[in-house]
Amino acid sequence: MAIFLTENSKVLIQGITGSEGGKHTRHMVADGTNIVAGVTPGKGGQIVEIEGQQIPVFNSVGEAVIATGADVSVIFVPPRFTKSAVYEAIDALVPLIIIITEGVPVHDSADFYAYSQRKGTSRIIGPNCPGVISPGKSNAGIIPGSITVAGRIGLVSKSGTLTYQMMNELSDLGFSSAVGIGGDPVIGTTHIDCLAAFEADPDTDAIVMIGEIGGDAEERAAAYIAAHVTKPVVGYVAGFTAPEGKTMGHAGAIVSGSSGTAAAKREALEAVGVKVGKTPSETARLMRDIITSLQV
Amino acid sequence: MDLYEYQAKELFAKHGVPTQAGLVVRTPQHAEDAATEIGGVVVVKAQVKAGGRGKAGGVKLALTPEEAGARAKDILGLEIKGLTVHQVLVTAAADISEEYYVSFLLDRSNRTFLAMASKDGGVEIEQLAVERPEALAKVVVDAITGVDRAKAEEIVDAAGFDDSVRDQVINVLEKLWDVFVKEDATLVEVNPLAKTTSGEVLALDGKVTLDANATFRHPEHVLLEDTTEVDPLEVAAAAKGLNYVKLSGSVGIIGNGAGLVMSTLDVVAYAGEEFGGQRPANFLDIGGGASAQVMADGLEIILSDDEVKAVLVNVFGGITACDAVANGILQALEMLAGQGKAVTMPLVVRLNGNNADLGRQILRDARNPLVEIVETMDGAARRVAELAAQGA
Repeated sequence: MAIFLTENSKVLIQGITGSEGGKHTRHMVADGTNIVAGVTPGKGGQIVEIEGQQIPVFNSVGEAVIATGADVSVIFVPPRFTKSAVYEAIDALVPLIIIITEGVPVHDSADFYAYSQRKGTSRIIGPNCPGVISPGKSNAGIIPGSITVAGRIGLVSKSGTLTYQMMNELSDLGFSSAVGIGGDPVIGTTHIDCLAAFEADPDTDAIVMIGEIGGDAEERAAAYIAAHVTKPVVGYVAGFTAPEGKTMGHAGAIVSGSSGTAAAKREALEAVGVKVGKTPSETARLMRDIITSLQV
Repeated sequence: MDLYEYQAKELFAKHGVPTQAGLVVRTPQHAEDAATEIGGVVVVKAQVKAGGRGKAGGVKLALTPEEAGARAKDILGLEIKGLTVHQVLVTAAADISEEYYVSFLLDRSNRTFLAMASKDGGVEIEQLAVERPEALAKVVVDAITGVDRAKAEEIVDAAGFDDSVRDQVINVLEKLWDVFVKEDATLVEVNPLAKTTSGEVLALDGKVTLDANATFRHPEHVLLEDTTEVDPLEVAAAAKGLNYVKLSGSVGIIGNGAGLVMSTLDVVAYAGEEFGGQRPANFLDIGGGASAQVMADGLEIILSDDEVKAVLVNVFGGITACDAVANGILQALEMLAGQGKAVTMPLVVRLNGNNADLGRQILRDARNPLVEIVETMDGAARRVAELAAQGA
């Protein structure tokens, strides 16, 4: 098994005819993802051909879902169209909506998150995230599939490149699923949601959790781990050198006054027994030790 | 983006929040002229993006225009929380009988919006929240339904405003919500919201933070940015579309992905402890593509930082393979040399991920004596810190 995304997932791409959407769809197909449809308003009826596979394009998510039974949508549309694209996917009852788009206004994210909660039928991942990969099964987003193989580590991270880094360092051990939840102030799926899913997943033995400055998601995750997670968790937090009041690349990565610091997050995690690596490499070593000890 | 008080008040006025207009000036003479124009008793207020201006001597009453000029002279040039005062707001003084607090903000933890209100404003609100939390009402605001009259009434009643000001505060809240939503703000705060002796409710101070991601809806927000307050290297980087933050250190950093770059800064700072406290000089995320042009732009910005003694390029090749990144680095060095801006300091390069071996080989084959390849992130951080210490 894996979390959120499996070999049975039927993926549709919103914005498939755009340059980013098209490029990453090709990578997803190469990684074995079952891409069943594309959606671009006004381009319904077109066919996108990738490696001999014919992917039909629809004008709306609703039509695509009825015709193909798609149950995952990956969104690549520009920020100004993202909110309506997400609403469309929620209204079409798509169970998993992954928003890759960076630069979505936070009022829009808060709005479509509230809408998804009200409807209660869709899980949102992102925005501003690299997506989800269940190696060997399916890849929905922009995570390079070539850097890892299937295994028994679960990974959840705010950062794309740190996800790739960690997957690469542990590529011989492999991952059940890796979820990039994104670095925006308002995101649909949190560290806690992923921790809960990995805890319940029989094919995940241990979890790597990567956080960064800003907000209190890591502190909340620490409290959740103490109460609900029995599997070993290794942590990493980026941004110890970040100055107060400066946004560090991700819209949500900002230390405000004394809140959201990396030190506070590390302390919260260590206080509940999570081993926190000082560098990404040390974090990978900590996880390697755990997996090795589980195999004895 | 945080706004100055006067800019916040301009947005308040635009959306009908009752406030006092004033004049922003940069010299004592202009402050005197402004006081003459406004007439009567005025307040001269330092315009810096920091709290506690009053305590720092940045807010003064002036009975006459001459006095306004003198107070402006005192305040201009003052340092408040590390920020120099370059402009003051001259505004009519209000006879205050009571001070309140109201705000709307993004509640990240709960992924929604929050209204806060108190009858006891005019003090540091963080302090009030700790010392007398019962005096600060917090009301969750749904992102879809927002604040209508009924919601505004709920907030006012939760804070316990009395009947003499109830309708006016409700009106302020409805208008302030318009500022919050229509301007795409993540914070709008009025402290104090004052009741004057004549019974009028007015926003006497304002704090607004705008969402930079929403600038496409508000092209006019670009004009609100005060680039004179921003580090010149940050301004130059922004003009090239680079995600750059100036720090104070000797090791220039270029990487891809916000998380990896933040992590690189940390790892360099740890490694630098061994070499006389070498620190990262900047945050620079060149994103996924890492083309020659972007690499050249990034190097150019970093090399204009006099503090930098060595540069670390830390790239994880994902979709963009490392051989393309290596070629990008070499082309960038050539481009800069061609423009008479040749790189003269050591460049430590760490490539990892897709086609990393090929990328390293391309760099080795180029035999540029300034370029050193180190395979691990920890090793590269150590080496660049060592080189920076030698160059210092």
